[in-house]
Amino acid sequence: MIDFSYTIWILLIPLFMFVVVGLFGNRFKPIVSGIAGTSGLFVMWVLSLVTAYKYFFVLEKAADGSFQKLLAVNIRWLNLTDKLHIDMGVLLDPISIMMLIVITTVSFMVHLYSIGYMDGEKGFMRFFATLSLFSFSMLGLVVATNIFQMYIFWELVGVSSYLLIGFYYTKDSAVSASKKAFIVTRFADLGFLIGILMLSFSAGTFDFLSLTDIHGPAMSSGSGVMFLGLSTMTWSMIFIFMGGAGKSAMFPLHIWLPDAMEGPTPVSALIHAATMVVAGVYLVARLFPIYALKAPVALDVVMYVGAFSSIFAAVIACTQFDIKRVLAYSTMSQIGMMMFALGVSGYGGHEGLGYMASMFHLFTHAFFKALLFLAAGAIIHAVHSNVMNDMGGLRKHLPITHATFLIACLAIAGIPPLAGFFSKDEILAAGHEKSLMLYWVEMIVSGLTAFYMFRLYYSIFWGKDQHYHHTPHEASWTMTVPLMFLAVGALLAGLIPFSMFVSSDRMPFMSHIELGIAIPAVLVGLFGIILATIFYRKETTIPDQVFNALGGFSRAAYRKFYIDEVYLFITKKIIFNYVSRPIAWFDRHVVDGAMNGVAYVTNETSERMKRFQSGQLQQYALVLVSGVVLLTLLFTYLWTN
Amino acid sequence: MSILTLFIIIPVLTVIGILLSKNHMQVKWVAVVGMSLQLLSAISLIFLYLAQRKAGNMAEVLFVQDYVWYQTLNIHFYVGVDGVSVAMIGLTALVVFAGIFASWDIVDLPREFFTSLILLATGVFGFFICLDLFTMFLFYELAVIPMYLLIGIWGSGPRHYSAMKLTLMLMGGSAFILLGIIGIYFNSAPNGGPLTFDLIRISKEHIPLNVQLFLFPFLFVGFGVLGAMFPFHTWSPDGHASAPTAVSMLHAGVLMKLGGYGCYRVAVFLLPDAAHQLGWIFLILATIGVIYGALGAIWQKDLKYINAYSSVSHCALVLFAILMFNQTAMNGAIMQMISHGIMTALFFALIGMIYGRTHTRFINEMGGLMKVMPFLAVAYVIAGLASLGLPGFSGFVAEMTIFVGAFQNVDTFHRVATIIAASSIVVTAVYVLRVVGILLLGKIKNEHFEVLPDARWYDKISVVALIFGITLIGVAPLWLSDMISQGLGPIVHRLIAAAPLLIK
Repeated sequence: MIDFSYTIWILLIPLFMFVVVGLFGNRFKPIVSGIAGTSGLFVMWVLSLVTAYKYFFVLEKAADGSFQKLLAVNIRWLNLTDKLHIDMGVLLDPISIMMLIVITTVSFMVHLYSIGYMDGEKGFMRFFATLSLFSFSMLGLVVATNIFQMYIFWELVGVSSYLLIGFYYTKDSAVSASKKAFIVTRFADLGFLIGILMLSFSAGTFDFLSLTDIHGPAMSSGSGVMFLGLSTMTWSMIFIFMGGAGKSAMFPLHIWLPDAMEGPTPVSALIHAATMVVAGVYLVARLFPIYALKAPVALDVVMYVGAFSSIFAAVIACTQFDIKRVLAYSTMSQIGMMMFALGVSGYGGHEGLGYMASMFHLFTHAFFKALLFLAAGAIIHAVHSNVMNDMGGLRKHLPITHATFLIACLAIAGIPPLAGFFSKDEILAAGHEKSLMLYWVEMIVSGLTAFYMFRLYYSIFWGKDQHYHHTPHEASWTMTVPLMFLAVGALLAGLIPFSMFVSSDRMPFMSHIELGIAIPAVLVGLFGIILATIFYRKETTIPDQVFNALGGFSRAAYRKFYIDEVYLFITKKIIFNYVSRPIAWFDRHVVDGAMNGVAYVTNETSERMKRFQSGQLQQYALVLVSGVVLLTLLFTYLWTN
Repeated sequence: MSILTLFIIIPVLTVIGILLSKNHMQVKWVAVVGMSLQLLSAISLIFLYLAQRKAGNMAEVLFVQDYVWYQTLNIHFYVGVDGVSVAMIGLTALVVFAGIFASWDIVDLPREFFTSLILLATGVFGFFICLDLFTMFLFYELAVIPMYLLIGIWGSGPRHYSAMKLTLMLMGGSAFILLGIIGIYFNSAPNGGPLTFDLIRISKEHIPLNVQLFLFPFLFVGFGVLGAMFPFHTWSPDGHASAPTAVSMLHAGVLMKLGGYGCYRVAVFLLPDAAHQLGWIFLILATIGVIYGALGAIWQKDLKYINAYSSVSHCALVLFAILMFNQTAMNGAIMQMISHGIMTALFFALIGMIYGRTHTRFINEMGGLMKVMPFLAVAYVIAGLASLGLPGFSGFVAEMTIFVGAFQNVDTFHRVATIIAASSIVVTAVYVLRVVGILLLGKIKNEHFEVLPDARWYDKISVVALIFGITLIGVAPLWLSDMISQGLGPIVHRLIAAAPLLIK
């Protein structure tokens, strides 16, 4: 048995960095916080790689040949009821280790890149402190030993994202984008919380080990009472998925992601492309046995939401001009594919192909999407704009960025033998087994992906030079090294025999490329690329013609199908004006009015009452005599009857 | 002599010291020394208490001391604490300590100000340590009266109106409480023997059901007024808005907790059958309060009003949790009181400091303060994040304990109430981030603000002490939760005896 308790340092290092840099960072030169953060991440990266090696290759497997689930650390944090308690710890299993590698690798590269990118920014130190906070929270999320720990770090990830999106806090758009991101995900987290409450109530535990144990309490407990035709278990899983959908920007909770691009570009690469936004996928994967075995309806919801989000976002991505927003919609689309893959998957062995494919795609996507964002950052750094129309002909000025960007585009378009090809192929194969219709939807998404990525590529690097303020030039080595490193990842990550490591039941199995799926997929990708080449290789009027030919549809896609407007209507118009404002009025005028009314009546009564105490003898005598007369009359009347 | 008597003696000595001091500086330093000693005693009380429990002393209340001071009616000065009161004492000491530093800038009549402030604190401490209903009530009144002077003299805006409104509403509540206490007194010995105000002894008796049903609404509403229970909360926005900084801190941070504590310790503990039968009415009010306060806060423009409505929402959650009648939820209720106490004190301290610099509390007139006063702004963001229940701060622990506890009640009524209350976490995020966005971020709207100073040393002490409190509980809640949990045993047993179907 190997002792893995040192893995806690992977969490403690960034926490320490956050506290120290956050409190004392301004005592030093800014660059110190950058170097400290980067070297901390380097240590964590090495630790993660060592852990992965020890876990996959040294540690003996369980009796049935599957990878073990290990509690490396587990400390009691809070007692709730007799059965329920929250622990803090580190859970090691194939997917958590895979996530450790993804997060530390990308985070390390982003730290290194940021030293160059954020150079001279005010708040350099604040940036690195928050980045450390994010790394801590994200790692805490993936190694969570119980669902409540996950929720805790889930919220912390949310707040780090809030702080980083709002990094340029004097810019109003950044402030409102950060607010929007936080509130939308908070709303989704409400669902997550309710789901946790329901799930833990019926299963009697928060613990992932017993929740996902196929002979454990969650599996053996009855499905609970039915509500609207679905069991409590199904409802709880749907609610939990709502949390995941919020973080992973699934339709209709996706509206915060494009706006989140207001943050610095390295942040977009780390948080809004490679790590945090896939937390929802990870959540579903974490609870996958329950979804697959106890709540298939909830899993169908995952499938449909994923599939719809992927095509929805892909269509919008074709119409946007801000390069970061194109990438944001592309991220949403790719995550939709991951969700779709989970949704079509079954549990165990080859049935669980979709699960494996989803994790595989998560892994490869982290590399090429982070690369795309970092390259976009280098481009923005060079031309000081993130609108496509301000770019063109940059391949001569930025050769390294150009080469790495091209690799990433080919990878995401699914061209063999780059990383995206392998993972996407598995997703399509898994989809093909479950639903032919959705398989074709994903096929179209593949084509659209290739199309919009190369639209982006050609608009940036080909065509005519624009009027640049100064000749664009390649950035310093701290920025180009991460690009090259990630490009290697995007080239080679697909060659990993992923199914030997990650599978739904942690049992290694063989998967292979099915030519019947792979060839059409590649052809669709190539078709997308060719189309983009025709449209955008040189400046033509074809795109505009197509845009106009599609009429209302393309305008709606350009306006992101008016989802933002719908939300604005609900929040600003209805909640602000028709709920909150009347409540404020009601409180001041009705509730408080009643209180003031009581005071007024009391006052008035005493005003009237005090007239009786006039001190005038005549008045007293008058009252006395009339009282006597009245009483006499009354008694006589009563007596005679 | 029991350590608890210190909590009365130290403030009284401090007041005497203040009255004897020669100048402003001396007044402040006497107050600081006194309240630091008080804080130290509170911390040592926590350690002593935990040590006693660890040593296996499982008595219901510890550090007991008992004097008779009015034989005829059998009124005692009877003190003793369990885990819940120890936690509340810790809260009070921390808030008062921070409050002294937050009122460092008081210029008018500092001697009288600090005297009233510490008298108020004395009342609160006395309330938390006493186990004799009458003496408790006495201290309760002692805490409410100085409030009138503090707001009426040192307040701002329509201060006379606010002071009068607050005092009258709280006095109305007091009348209800007094009636309830006297009612309990006359039924305190249903099986013969001398009548008593002794809370522990009454809790062993069984007051007849019809009496309970009659008295419970009086006590619950009476304490509920102070706990800002909907619809008796309207003193709170006006009162807070007019009160000087330290008074808002103490009032929202501690005094409002007397309400929740009273509901828990007196109304529910002594009248469990009635609580069980009538609880649902108040549960509806509390649930409305949670969401109503939060929605009301969205629309406000005055910082203090925002925080007052937010307090209504958070304090309603306390009553909500108490009325769930199970160990977990009640634990959450006490933690929520502590958490909200520190948090809201922090908010009011910061609002006071910002107001002292900008001379406005209207968020629309401010903006971009992050650039001008980074320390205060960052502290405000922290307070806001704590308020919206971010993990790592105390609010999260309290809210989650409440929601998990509340969810243990299986019937639809409680489930629906829980989900409605839980949805407040979204609304809270909306109003907190709205304020942070308008007030602190963005561009500086008023160029006069560009030269404003950041926090001074005394501001920093106050703010850091409070932030330390919420973070300590938020990061390591186990000791507090276990300490409170031990104190909840008797009340939960009584509730289970009253309604065997309730879940432990």
